[in-house]
Amino acid sequence: MSRISSSFEKLNAEGRKALIPYVTAGDCSPEVTVPLLHALVEAGADIIELGVPFSDPMADGPVIQLACERALAHGVRLSDVLDMVSEFRKTDAETPLVLMGYLNPVEIMGYENFAKNASEAGVDGVLTVDLPPEESDEFNQIMQAQGIDTIYLMAPTTEEERVKYICENGSGYLYYVSVKGVTGSSALDVQSVSDKLDIVRKYTDLPVGVGFGIKDAESASSVAEVADGVIVGSVLVNKIAELVKDKAQIAPQVSAIIKDMRTAMDS
Amino acid sequence: MPTNIDLKALSQLPDSKGHFGPYGGRFVSETLMAALKQLEETYEKLWRDPAFQEEFDRDLAHYVGRPSPLYFAKHLTDKVGGAKIYLKREDLNHTGAHKVNNTIGQALLAKYTGKPRVIAETGAGQHGVASATVAARMGLECQVYMGAEDVQRQALNVYRMKLLGAEVIAVESGTRTLKDAMNEAMRDWVTNVDDTFYIIGTAAGPHPYPKLVRDFQCIIGREARQQCLDQTGRLPDALVACVGGGSNAIGLFHPFIEDENVKMYGVEAGGYGVETGHHAAPLSAGAPGVLHGNRTYLMSDEAGQIVGTHSVSAGLDYPGVGPEHSFLKDTGRAEYVDATDEEAMDAFRILTRVEGIMPALESSHAVAYAMKLAKEMDKDQTIVVNLSGRGDKDIHTVAQIDGINI
Repeated sequence: MSRISSSFEKLNAEGRKALIPYVTAGDCSPEVTVPLLHALVEAGADIIELGVPFSDPMADGPVIQLACERALAHGVRLSDVLDMVSEFRKTDAETPLVLMGYLNPVEIMGYENFAKNASEAGVDGVLTVDLPPEESDEFNQIMQAQGIDTIYLMAPTTEEERVKYICENGSGYLYYVSVKGVTGSSALDVQSVSDKLDIVRKYTDLPVGVGFGIKDAESASSVAEVADGVIVGSVLVNKIAELVKDKAQIAPQVSAIIKDMRTAMDS
Repeated sequence: MPTNIDLKALSQLPDSKGHFGPYGGRFVSETLMAALKQLEETYEKLWRDPAFQEEFDRDLAHYVGRPSPLYFAKHLTDKVGGAKIYLKREDLNHTGAHKVNNTIGQALLAKYTGKPRVIAETGAGQHGVASATVAARMGLECQVYMGAEDVQRQALNVYRMKLLGAEVIAVESGTRTLKDAMNEAMRDWVTNVDDTFYIIGTAAGPHPYPKLVRDFQCIIGREARQQCLDQTGRLPDALVACVGGGSNAIGLFHPFIEDENVKMYGVEAGGYGVETGHHAAPLSAGAPGVLHGNRTYLMSDEAGQIVGTHSVSAGLDYPGVGPEHSFLKDTGRAEYVDATDEEAMDAFRILTRVEGIMPALESSHAVAYAMKLAKEMDKDQTIVVNLSGRGDKDIHTVAQIDGINI
């Protein structure tokens, strides 16, 4: 069983929901990332989404755009991100790790190469923002051959027929984008999320994580009521941005946000 | 040109998923998939609807001023000494470039889909002006995204858009040029997808944009084909057009795809010279990748990051290109070459002085290559150059190069 499935299974048995933080690899500087990932796990993260920096992050708001720019200023490449994953895996063999990013760096590395390198590094899943299932037959096959889950997005604009289609193509978990907009958008409406997830669950037993618009412990815990996982990104990245000049504080202060969310979700 | 390609099949692309061979497609985040599907359905229905066609044709005739002339540039031909050079005068369209052919079409789509707000990205500002123009005429709210660097070098067009009632948003992210304007327009569209129509300015982006923009621009090639037959009694030997995203080029080329003896040359921006790395010539010096919703030739580094481009003309300063051009290149049906900043500037000056026609710096790239090509051809052969826009907007840039402060 993959690390992602066993993680959700364990949480399910304990009656808890997954807490899934997102950070951009190499944000501020490359040596910050791996200790930060360990701190996030320590604070209660169940799965980690690690962003691969891209020059043109079209689906992201200003917060994650700037994180990409900070990482790219240090020349962080996809191959460097895979090195970070290997480093992380030296002391954490359990926590599932998902790469989230855009297709072009993967295209340039080549699907086969990427799948092989990612699998060797210890990547469990990939979420490619600008690769919908329509364009991903070859990609899915190659990832699955290396035991890597392909995670797809669903949005408020996704109609029921398409929900079914996406459910058939995804593996690991599904990522429901709670609002129309880019990352870091305005607050979400839990009731409409709940209604949409009822439709999604007609077509799949895969766990569903909800992201976009989760800003604090309170919103994390209300989303945890209706979803299998709570995905948190911009609020963490914002904290990293505040601490650019005080890098030693990044791991403790960012993981403190996760710890608060964990407490609220479990109580 | 390879003899084994089926030109009829080539001219009927894209397929139902928006693919031109391995290029094109729909590479966007999930939130936009429904809007693109709706746009595709609306477009396919309306494009076959005689009432829509009639309205489109009427606007092109009475608002844009079509057909645009095909002008035999005798003085330029005499100066160059070689094949006869004809200019397809898209610069004489309302708003001064070919861009308006497409914005008229897309504004009609916006009207039929009932969206009260339109957005656009723009490089040189010609597409922004053309979008603001049709928005003013149809009473639509209009916001135009423009790279902050382009806002500086195209101040005249910025003011023009404001006069037309559009809001121009200067984009400060990334390289502050056209690609960043397109990123920002996509972000706006994702956020306001319910009430907003995104008027993409070139034959690129996610399906169905490359197809519909091409279809709206094909009026250029259809007219040029007939005008050439009327004036010379036969088809041209070669077509030349500049290629940034490539909408003017595909508009000229497409109606000639099945005419296998008509050669096609797309001219990319060579900037300081393709060998310097400072250029905007993905077909000449790039590799296939994915950006802005389609797979196509791109300028990206060995790690897949999009690299900065350079061209004296803002309208060609883009790291990608429409996917149909990528496939025309691979199949050998069209050839892609480049002209440097300097060659384009020379062509700008020559055409201005010998014909009294001031071309846009974008179009000057096509003129520059046509002058080279004409020399290698016989005097009884003909070249049709797409003069895609007029140069008034570039006066400041040219003056600056001449060291003159206007």
